[in-house]
Amino acid sequence: MSAFIRETWVVFARQMGIALRNPAWVLIGLAQPILYLVLFGPLLEPLAGTFGADNAYAIFVPGLLVQLGLFGALFAGFSLISEWRAGVVEAERVTPASRTALLLGRILRDVVQLLVQGVVLIAVGYLFGLRASIGGMLFGLLLTLLLGAACAAASNALALTTKSEDVMAPLINSVALPVILLSGILLPMSLGPQWLQIVSDLIPIKHIVTAIRAAFAGDFGLTVLWGSLWAIAIFVVGIWAGTRTFRKENA
Amino acid sequence: MIHTRGLARSFRTRRGRERVEVEAVAGVDIDVERGEIVGFLGPNGAGKTTTLRMLTTLLKPTAGTATVAGFDVATQAKQVRSSIGYVSQSGSTSPEARAGAEVVSHGRLYGLSAAEAERRARELFEQLDLDGLWERQPRAMSGGQRRRLDIAMGLVHHPALVFLDEPTTGLDPQARANLWQHIAALRSERGGTVFLTTHYLDEADALCDRILVIDHGRIVAGDTPDALKRQVAGDLVELTVADPARVGRAAEALAALAPGQTAEVEEGVARLRIPDAGRELAGLLRALDRDGVELESIEVRRPTLDDVFLSLTGRSLREEETAA
Repeated sequence: MSAFIRETWVVFARQMGIALRNPAWVLIGLAQPILYLVLFGPLLEPLAGTFGADNAYAIFVPGLLVQLGLFGALFAGFSLISEWRAGVVEAERVTPASRTALLLGRILRDVVQLLVQGVVLIAVGYLFGLRASIGGMLFGLLLTLLLGAACAAASNALALTTKSEDVMAPLINSVALPVILLSGILLPMSLGPQWLQIVSDLIPIKHIVTAIRAAFAGDFGLTVLWGSLWAIAIFVVGIWAGTRTFRKENA
Repeated sequence: MIHTRGLARSFRTRRGRERVEVEAVAGVDIDVERGEIVGFLGPNGAGKTTTLRMLTTLLKPTAGTATVAGFDVATQAKQVRSSIGYVSQSGSTSPEARAGAEVVSHGRLYGLSAAEAERRARELFEQLDLDGLWERQPRAMSGGQRRRLDIAMGLVHHPALVFLDEPTTGLDPQARANLWQHIAALRSERGGTVFLTTHYLDEADALCDRILVIDHGRIVAGDTPDALKRQVAGDLVELTVADPARVGRAAEALAALAPGQTAEVEEGVARLRIPDAGRELAGLLRALDRDGVELESIEVRRPTLDDVFLSLTGRSLREEETAA
């Protein structure tokens, strides 16, 4: 076990070292939600009452957090493709290190990046007028990280399976776009017609967004529990799928 | 160090609408002893890479057995991985990383402590002429430097056996010659065993104690480079006589050295392949002198491994090189 933790740490430290030398991607990943916050947030402010909220940003920031977790992490696999092309993945696979550690070290890097981006997003949100429960914001961040870890694992698995950016990019977009539209990230689904609400109920991410909004409001009830269960379930499935792919002989 | 018996690997693939089983490696027996440098030669698609991937535990065999460094590749993969170094053709470092940090991190995956890995990495940088490149990004290094960095990655944990996959492909002649020295030093200075695949016949000839030739998934020959050349081709001796009318006599003298063969005659030139021509040359010259055949020139061309390859597989490896 200690060898496994050490190997995960070595992979994580190497990945962080490379990422820190090239922080452009972290900034680019952060640019999108910040732009939404700056350019779209003010449009929501007068509508806050319609959502049944006093503070529009307490509704909007949770959605942006989930968007960050989804989009940022789903694209994490792209760096694995270039590493695979450079022979890094194969070189690591002929070492005695656990193949699961090779994946987890990378996911850990993605989670740390996501944590930094999430904190910056909340901080910028605060500057714009976000006021919410501190515990709720921390809990929202935690659910975002669980979702991000699952997406990063799935993205790395997909990268190792397709080994092609050209295949991966449209695949991720075709999944992420409907998920984002149907999970009420930009606006709560309660504003929509009933059929849209029924469809969105089938999207697990929607329950996570709703749970984070409830947590931001300090309402730790069944909604938060239900969303948390979904986040844990997605986390378990994502990590399982990723680990399985990394352990496959021909990956 | 490497012992395989009937090692085979087949893949399921689609041919048109049918799914068919393709045998990439069809049962090979390989024995490599400690301290040997063995070359694995074959055209593209012959089974070289598949064999190498099985020996390095990257691919599971579908039949047969293989022990590498005393461990079974199928059941003791982790022990095999700890004992071998592998330098892949596609590289091993991220273009954006720092060269030194890459080797240290790789050493740590083999269980070395941070201090131990750094000490070893710095030692390898010195041995492999990578001084001053510790902080350099691999993308800013020359082809030869990158290959030496890959070798440092493969050697960081002191492996007793190193696999090199096409180590000098794409390098300029100077960088190749420099890398050859380092590969030869793996054995002479460290007593290591090297198993390398190559497309270059001169490389196999210059570096290897033994050569295994693989074609269509089977080993078709295995011996020292010299023995392979002798066994298959013989040396080409070409006599150009001063008086074309006497070329027949020169051809007879040549044929006497290779029983059952007839020399090829063409406009005052007689040529024939003779086993071990170096030994026969003095006697040949005496016989021609005795018969009063005056020579304008004599040329002896030792067979190349390309000749060997051609006679074993029916095609020239040089064509493969050009196509590759």
